[in-house]
Amino acid sequence: MPSDPFTPGVAAGRLSADRIAANFADLHPPLDDHQAAVESDRCYFCYDAPCTQACPTSIDIPLFIRQISTGTPEAAALTIFSQNILGGMCARVCPTETLCEEACVRHEAEGKPVEIGRLQRHATDRLMARNSHPFQRAAKTGKHVAVVGAGPAGLACAHRLAMKGHDVTIYEAREKGGGLNEYGIAAYKAPGSFAQDELDWVLGIGGIRIEFGRRLSGDLTLDDLRATHDAVFLGMGLGGVNALTVEGSERNHVEDAVDWIARLRQSADKTDIPVGRDVVVIGGGMTAIDAAVQARLLGALNVTIAYRRDKAAMAASEFEQNLATSKGVRIIYNAAPREITDTGVVFVRTRSEGGKLVETGETFEIAADQVLRAIGQTLAGQPEVLALEGRKIAVDEHGRTSLAGVWAGGDCASGGDDLTVTAVAEGRDAAEDIHAALGA
Amino acid sequence: MADLTSTFVGIKSPNPFWLASAPPTDKEYNVRRAFEAGWGGVVWKTLGEDGPPVVNVNGPRYGAIHGPDRRLLGLNNIELITDRPLDVNLREIKAVKRDYPDRALVVSLMVPCEEEPWKRILPLVEETGADGVELNFGCPHGMAERGMGSAVGQVPEYIEMVTRWVKQNTRMPVIVKLTPNITDIRRPAEAAKRGGADAVSLINTINSITSVDLDNFAPEPTIDGWGAHGGYCGPAVKPIALNMVAEIARHPETADLPISGIGGVTTWRDAAEFIALGAGNVQVCTAVMTYGFKIVQEMISGLSQYMDEKGISSVDEIVGRAVPKVRDWNDLNLNYVTKAVIDQDKCIKCARCHIACEDTSHQAIAMSDDRVFTVKDEECVACNLCVNVCPVDGCITMRKLEIGETDPRTGEVVREYANWTTHPNNPSARAAQ
Repeated sequence: MPSDPFTPGVAAGRLSADRIAANFADLHPPLDDHQAAVESDRCYFCYDAPCTQACPTSIDIPLFIRQISTGTPEAAALTIFSQNILGGMCARVCPTETLCEEACVRHEAEGKPVEIGRLQRHATDRLMARNSHPFQRAAKTGKHVAVVGAGPAGLACAHRLAMKGHDVTIYEAREKGGGLNEYGIAAYKAPGSFAQDELDWVLGIGGIRIEFGRRLSGDLTLDDLRATHDAVFLGMGLGGVNALTVEGSERNHVEDAVDWIARLRQSADKTDIPVGRDVVVIGGGMTAIDAAVQARLLGALNVTIAYRRDKAAMAASEFEQNLATSKGVRIIYNAAPREITDTGVVFVRTRSEGGKLVETGETFEIAADQVLRAIGQTLAGQPEVLALEGRKIAVDEHGRTSLAGVWAGGDCASGGDDLTVTAVAEGRDAAEDIHAALGA
Repeated sequence: MADLTSTFVGIKSPNPFWLASAPPTDKEYNVRRAFEAGWGGVVWKTLGEDGPPVVNVNGPRYGAIHGPDRRLLGLNNIELITDRPLDVNLREIKAVKRDYPDRALVVSLMVPCEEEPWKRILPLVEETGADGVELNFGCPHGMAERGMGSAVGQVPEYIEMVTRWVKQNTRMPVIVKLTPNITDIRRPAEAAKRGGADAVSLINTINSITSVDLDNFAPEPTIDGWGAHGGYCGPAVKPIALNMVAEIARHPETADLPISGIGGVTTWRDAAEFIALGAGNVQVCTAVMTYGFKIVQEMISGLSQYMDEKGISSVDEIVGRAVPKVRDWNDLNLNYVTKAVIDQDKCIKCARCHIACEDTSHQAIAMSDDRVFTVKDEECVACNLCVNVCPVDGCITMRKLEIGETDPRTGEVVREYANWTTHPNNPSARAAQ
């Protein structure tokens, strides 16, 4: 008998394939030409625009919107890609509500910013659909740079280096490139094979080779890379997860949310992804939201996010929290996990006292046949020679690590938020610095 | 509720909103629908001589300028006068007038520039019971190439001559419709008056090419690869029309000549503005071609509300009220000094005021690192550009410096009214008394 949302335990196929496909459709469907014309007309073409200042990659947003409004979305796309080669993915996954759109003067004026993200997608989709790469490489320099990780930081770095005429080899631990775009981002934000399509399109610049299954600290050492390349960029992200140190966290129905999402992302139609009837997600960041929402979209009956601090402290934006609740996810604040049992999770209530989180001693239990841990990722497998800042590889404003000839960017490096767009900016800027260093 | 009834050159209508001679008034069917919707009057689409009717192109007759949301801002047409037989039009006019005796029904005419054709057609129109005629001296395309329409309207002597023929051959009121495709609108208006016209109506459409197809390199609308200039109308032409109406209304030679205001009238407010500048009523076309006849309901309710709020009981009280305020530049008070003031609470920090002033004007708006915008009174010439480009209504206003205050820009004390005629920089200034 096929399972449905009421089937107890962890089960795949709670919803039909059609229903799942509909559930995982584009969160922000693309604007058609007329919608783009109307929306672009709302832009005031601000001088020294706040949206551009708010963009980690400093895309000239008023210019690209004006280019859309005058019927040249391809020119708009070039404006975007010249600053952010992953502008297509960023148009889909950027938390615009806390970046460009939060800064939009229309947000201040009327609470409704220009839909910058969707306009960016309109432009980038148009140019990428041409299936030709818009940038050309400079004359070959004869230099060879190693990039570790084919995620947003590594790709942005590799692309900029290739454009400058350097040859690049990317060493990627997994079987596919794209990093979190391929394995981590919620499926409804980048539906279809966009992450791979974008990867192929970026590689269209030429001069970039990817070796898959090559993990730093595996068969690959930083010393080897430094010996065989003119420079090294580390963009391997956060390979580990924070441990959940409560009783019962080793139980079979407890899993790291990132692993569960990665499997879901790699599934063709997602009907083979088991999900609980009663799912509890522990955490308060984007991963928690993505896991909880996708659990609901797969047909879980009850999905609860439990976060140990209050709403204001939650790393996931207001928009993301609202998205989750609109999909039927319940968010419980001030609940710290104490024990995971066979049938549920026991929480202790908390409250803030003078900025410190204290447990009240009052406990309650939420039924759970699947528990997803989403309490943060952590650096793993980094070369010990590199100095750290906090729990990340220390870098200066150019992305230089403590070791000469080694740069780092993206989630594995210090500074900036753990966002695709931030990773792109850091990879790009490190490439510029590498280029300057190699030319010296 | 305000009384909207209107009497224009003796023609009564329940409101001052007429439909202009144009496609919407070409047939009985349309005109009946217009009257049912509430229009006060109609100028029937231009009739020509008896005989084979004119023919129109069978490709596009219209081209348009749109805003980004396809709001129609300007319309261009190359349609000619009615292409239906004269007797059909006359029969329909008679039937409609019989059924709507309280509405104004004026017939637009255009026949060759000779007296006989005018003599022939006028009695036929009179026989329909129509309230008056409007002489189409404005149509700028097609008919003008045949010596009619604006070809007449561009020569004041022809206007006077034809108007006189018409007045001598009919008892009906005669409205002369003027073309804006001239250098000085007062000259044709004077000619119409000399010829005995009871009124002028304006503006007819403006010669125009709406756009160019950049793939085929042809003007729009394109007819089989070619295009001809058309007549431009709609909201975009309203400022041009307002000025021309005002020029006639304040010109001593024509100040007493009734005016029917035409040109981009879309809302009650547009109508009120034309009337304030001297029009006795207004004629509408593009707005109904865009939205249908129902808009007259908004025009009626809007003008009524405005008049009630102002304590104005009849439309005639509005007619020409703004005309005395329209003056020559030479009359303007050069001692009227204002400065831009930015309401920081309303400012949304777009910086458009700053960049417009900085790049293109007087560098009078400072921008701080945290996007606070401050007017530099010592640089501000009060050009108003910042007010015009600011996207927030009421955010930037102009403060008037009182007499006795010092203008920080010039260091001079603001004085009483004085204009260019007495200004020391004017070589031909009259000595101030």
